[in-house]
Amino acid sequence: MQTFDLTAQGLRALNSTLHGLKGQTNMTAWEIINPKGAHAIAVGLDAPVDVTVRGSTGYYCAGMNKQATVRVKGSAGPGVAENMMSGTVIIDGDASQYAGATGRGGLLVIKGNASSRCGISMKGIDIVVHGNIGHMSAFMAQSGNMVVLGDAGEALGDSLYEARLFVRGSVKSLGADCVEKEMRPEHLAILADLLKRGEADHLAKPEEFKRYGSARKLYTFNIDNASSY
Amino acid sequence: MSDFPTTPPKMSWTFNNDINAEIRRAAATGIYDIRGGGSKRKLPHFDDLLFLGASISRYPLEGYREKCATDVWLGTRFAKNPIHLDIPVTIAGMSFGALSGPAKEALGRGASAAGTSTTTGDGGMTEEERGHSKTLVYQYLPSRYGMNPDDLRRADAIEVVVGQGAKPGGGGMLLGQKISDRVAMMRNLPKGIDQRSACRHPDWTGPDDLEIKILELREITNWEKPIYIKVGGARPYYDTALAVKAGADVVVLDGMQGGTAATQDVFIENVGMPILACIPQAVKALQDLGMHRKVQLIVSGGIRSGADVAKAMALGADAVAIGTAALIALGDNDPALEAEYNKLGTTAGAYDDWHEGKDPAGITTQDPELFKRFDPILGGRRLKNYLKVMTLEAQTIARACGKNHLHNLEPEDLCALTIEAAAMAGVPLAGTNWIPGRNGGF
Repeated sequence: MQTFDLTAQGLRALNSTLHGLKGQTNMTAWEIINPKGAHAIAVGLDAPVDVTVRGSTGYYCAGMNKQATVRVKGSAGPGVAENMMSGTVIIDGDASQYAGATGRGGLLVIKGNASSRCGISMKGIDIVVHGNIGHMSAFMAQSGNMVVLGDAGEALGDSLYEARLFVRGSVKSLGADCVEKEMRPEHLAILADLLKRGEADHLAKPEEFKRYGSARKLYTFNIDNASSY
Repeated sequence: MSDFPTTPPKMSWTFNNDINAEIRRAAATGIYDIRGGGSKRKLPHFDDLLFLGASISRYPLEGYREKCATDVWLGTRFAKNPIHLDIPVTIAGMSFGALSGPAKEALGRGASAAGTSTTTGDGGMTEEERGHSKTLVYQYLPSRYGMNPDDLRRADAIEVVVGQGAKPGGGGMLLGQKISDRVAMMRNLPKGIDQRSACRHPDWTGPDDLEIKILELREITNWEKPIYIKVGGARPYYDTALAVKAGADVVVLDGMQGGTAATQDVFIENVGMPILACIPQAVKALQDLGMHRKVQLIVSGGIRSGADVAKAMALGADAVAIGTAALIALGDNDPALEAEYNKLGTTAGAYDDWHEGKDPAGITTQDPELFKRFDPILGGRRLKNYLKVMTLEAQTIARACGKNHLHNLEPEDLCALTIEAAAMAGVPLAGTNWIPGRNGGF
């Protein structure tokens, strides 16, 4: 395993080194020590490498990730895995606001709780949160799946499009145009797969969740819906 | 019947025909008016400024003999690869979705031939645009439609869009008529639905966050790309100062004449400030921070001619951007299409229902039958010609003021025709030394 001391070597050297890992490489395992809450750790990766951050991170850790697996052995600051394209990001602790924002692919796993606006404007990413999520999560979520083993805060899925939201616990309130939907067999299959890949299949069963999605009433502007906006 | 004269019918200035028609339209439909373009009000503008020209105290440069350079560097503060353009007139961000693919191609062709940059918009980067644009600025918008690290790295600069002049504080809207299969795919949305773009970015709030967001973008792109921050003309002094603080290489400032693909008319006409009022405040912010010319300023919103370019630069801008004018150069609102505009209930020059996707010129549409009408090669040539003319016009004025580079134009070269313009632009009212709000004068 390659060890990178972030405090000693600096952020620019870290990301530059990781960006240098193009395509197939035999240096596939990396650990970053002394992250000390730094921002933009391991952003823009594009290689099938495994990066472990030993400590908590600041803003935008693993932003725009492609292919790589990034594990944070601590908690993550705002915007972890924002706009992720592919690969996997796993947070052992909690995640701050906007986790997985606008993510277009890949899997984000948060083993603690996620704060507000988790999965905001998500565009294809899968997000599995072992704990609870905060208010306005999945706001304007376009596609992808969000699985929450705990509870959801206010205004879940406000103005969402075609993303699927699965919540096991309570939902404080649903946002505009978000409704509970029938859980069909194909959804249970999606859930089972995500629970497994999200390292949560020992914690919950698909049958324990409810599914939420778009009522699709706000897809075309209608003055009679003005009070919903 | 009396022979005395009667009072003739008198129309109200307040409740005039336009206003009354809008009240009736609102009452009939129950929805506000949505349109494209920028403010149509008569606003204080560059027309209200004049150049003084050389005289005994200053001597001019020979028009066809002595050099007047026009090039501009953008992004010299932090970026490893700043942009060098031959002319200071750039093409503003306009989305694929709002515009057709061939129209984006034409913008790229024309801009590249003239030695300047073009800009993506709220719909991601198209191959037409990347392929035909020598220098392409990639917008980073709240919606993040199509955003990906590969396109970030393929771009020559990144423009973080905080706002635009047509609607500072507003998000975007692309109505279902224009959400074709391709547009839907690029935006990751179902076909045919109204697409709303958020007014705030999803993962940062305020200037402190923005500084960190810019750090992330720089790290992803190896600190190579200039980072622009675009703001609508609302509080230009503070917005410019905060953009500098957040780490911008370039500030893009868009006045209320700047166009949009579609938003509410009430928004376009009642929110934001004209570009004339914005430039001096932004320049003052840069000067107060010791960053004028170090962080470059691009201004837009109602730039139409080389005179406008020269005036904007004399007020302190490093470059300008055009959007609406570029579309007109491509063929938008051409009187040759008058019969077709009439069928849509409008007339050439007034057509602004770009959001409906029925553009007879084939520019602001996703209808394949309509956009087939538009020839991107011819369109590109027309845009190049127009950009060249603007540049020649600006050079003509600069030489007359004795300047061997457009960047040497200065407020001292200007006077104002109206008190309003004098106050906004910070130049004296013509024939006086009075700058309202600055000194006593006479």
